[in-house]
Amino acid sequence: MLRRTAAATLLTGLLAATGAALPAAADEGGYPAPDFTLESANGDNLRLAELRGEVVLVNFFASWCGPCRQEMPALDALHQRYEALGFRVLGVNVDEDRDAALALLDDVEVSFPVVFDPTSAVSRTYEVAGMPSTFVVDRDGVVSYVHKGYVAGDEEIYQDVVRQLIRK
Amino acid sequence: MGTRARPGRLRRAFGTLLALALIAGGAQGAILPEDRSDALYHLYTGDEVTVQGPSFLVRKSVGPNVSLSANYYIDFVSSASVDVRATASEYTERRDEQTVSADYLHGKAIVTAAYTRSDESDYTANTASIGISQDFFGDQTTLSMSYARGWDTVRNNADPDFEESVDRQTYRLGLTQILTRNALVSLNFEAITDEGYLNNPYRSVRFVDPTAGRGFSYQQERYPETRTSGAASVRGKYFLPWGASATVGYRWFEDTWGLAAHTGELAYAQSFGEDWTLEANYRYYTQTGADFYSDLFPRRDAQNFLARDKELSAFDSHQFGVGLTYEFFRRQQGTFKRSSVTLLVDQMLFEYGDFRDATDTGAPVGEEDPFSFQATVVQLFFSLWY
Amino acid sequence: MKMRTASLVILAALLASGCAAPQPWVKPYERANLAHPLMSLNPHPVSSPYIRHVHDAREGARGAEGGAGGGCGCN
Repeated sequence: MLRRTAAATLLTGLLAATGAALPAAADEGGYPAPDFTLESANGDNLRLAELRGEVVLVNFFASWCGPCRQEMPALDALHQRYEALGFRVLGVNVDEDRDAALALLDDVEVSFPVVFDPTSAVSRTYEVAGMPSTFVVDRDGVVSYVHKGYVAGDEEIYQDVVRQLIRK
Repeated sequence: MGTRARPGRLRRAFGTLLALALIAGGAQGAILPEDRSDALYHLYTGDEVTVQGPSFLVRKSVGPNVSLSANYYIDFVSSASVDVRATASEYTERRDEQTVSADYLHGKAIVTAAYTRSDESDYTANTASIGISQDFFGDQTTLSMSYARGWDTVRNNADPDFEESVDRQTYRLGLTQILTRNALVSLNFEAITDEGYLNNPYRSVRFVDPTAGRGFSYQQERYPETRTSGAASVRGKYFLPWGASATVGYRWFEDTWGLAAHTGELAYAQSFGEDWTLEANYRYYTQTGADFYSDLFPRRDAQNFLARDKELSAFDSHQFGVGLTYEFFRRQQGTFKRSSVTLLVDQMLFEYGDFRDATDTGAPVGEEDPFSFQATVVQLFFSLWY
Repeated sequence: MKMRTASLVILAALLASGCAAPQPWVKPYERANLAHPLMSLNPHPVSSPYIRHVHDAREGARGAEGGAGGGCGCN
């Protein structure tokens, strides 16, 4: 009986602890996008700062993450739709294993550039808190929107954000 | 003892936990199960019992927040087990079990509601459950809890007027914690309370009867009308860098009938390329007998409660299993994503400590050999993801 | 009994919220291995209710066999 009470107490404490430790709201952006240079799928290095002046949707994804795969065609459609207006999607693959990343890109063909972050250095800098994670960077290089995870329909939120930023 | 907790107290503690989980919620994400369907054929043979049949499981999401599933599972039983050989004649029966469930992703939690109905000619069981599962702490911790209520009707094929009922309540609590990039651990607790007619109306106990030809006679079993049990388990899973995983598990069990059990399991799974997975497992189970169990009672009505059901006797069992999965279809586009076929074969050995073979006429009463038997379980199933 | 449970619960909650909990140490982008199908807690959903029934029908023990969560924690 005492054991049961103790277990319940422990669990309650744990629940309270996990609830209390988390930030009240998700990261809202409003800070300069940390710069990075990573190798891209075609072999060239790609630097984020070189894209200044464009609206960039930086998407962190992995081959082993189901929702990431699901999201990629929607991101590609967004990229193609607004590319001419100064927008692009930049995929950051976080796989340690390059072959797994290439196999994914073989399966799901996308027209937007993809770079590799096998050491997770950039993922750490961006404090990626979910897979996938999306950061929308405005023309001045400021992170103006952060989105964690993906469920069908989230691309409509991205589209609204991107449209606003393109018009600015 | 933890297992003697009254249902009222359990309910209160559980309610508090559920409320706290909801308050503490709103932290991290959760994900609905994958859409897939499975068609299984199963076969059990052992101790002159054959149970076989199909099971179909379908799961489909409806919109981004709801996933529905349905399971239809049939057992065709043909039994001449040792109990039947001793006191009755071989019988056949059919059991149908249907489950429907709905998962609802609400914000950061998944709420699951399920209903199961199981039908036999002489037994109907209904179970309704509601549960919540939530990820915390950067999705490194998953907490789940559920409550189930069951209501059964017990009948007797030999007596059309016989009808009794059982009420069941189940409380479950689970915690899964990611420990490292390669390891996770899962803790589960489950308390069950049963009230009602818990006997098997066909089972009998034997007692010493010098007037009977073989030195013993049979009378009907008599169980208490309540039973409360508690179980706690821990299971660790490790990823091994050569494309394999190892699982270690332990479960503790105790109930108010004086039955205590320990279960240990080891499992290993290895993938070979993209298409093949081989698995092997071992499970050990041991239990003490219920307080009111006896293989041979000294006389008729020797005590208030009487049982000679071998699942209430002390016994050990070993289970060895191997399995092979072949994945043979993978598509990125189109309706169907991938499919696989799996064969699982398990060999089980049951060794009873105090359940003697009453059909053994060569030995003096009460000194027959302890009963033991082997069983084989085969499962073959096809899975399709979409 | 009820009083003691309640006070223990409150105490635990206070203690827990007073201290900063450690940050998650396995980051979302580090879960390739945990997301592998071999690490699923319920790899064969059609088999598990069946084999549980095989055990339940022959053993006195019951319960605490489930497992939720695990995996990549995607989303």
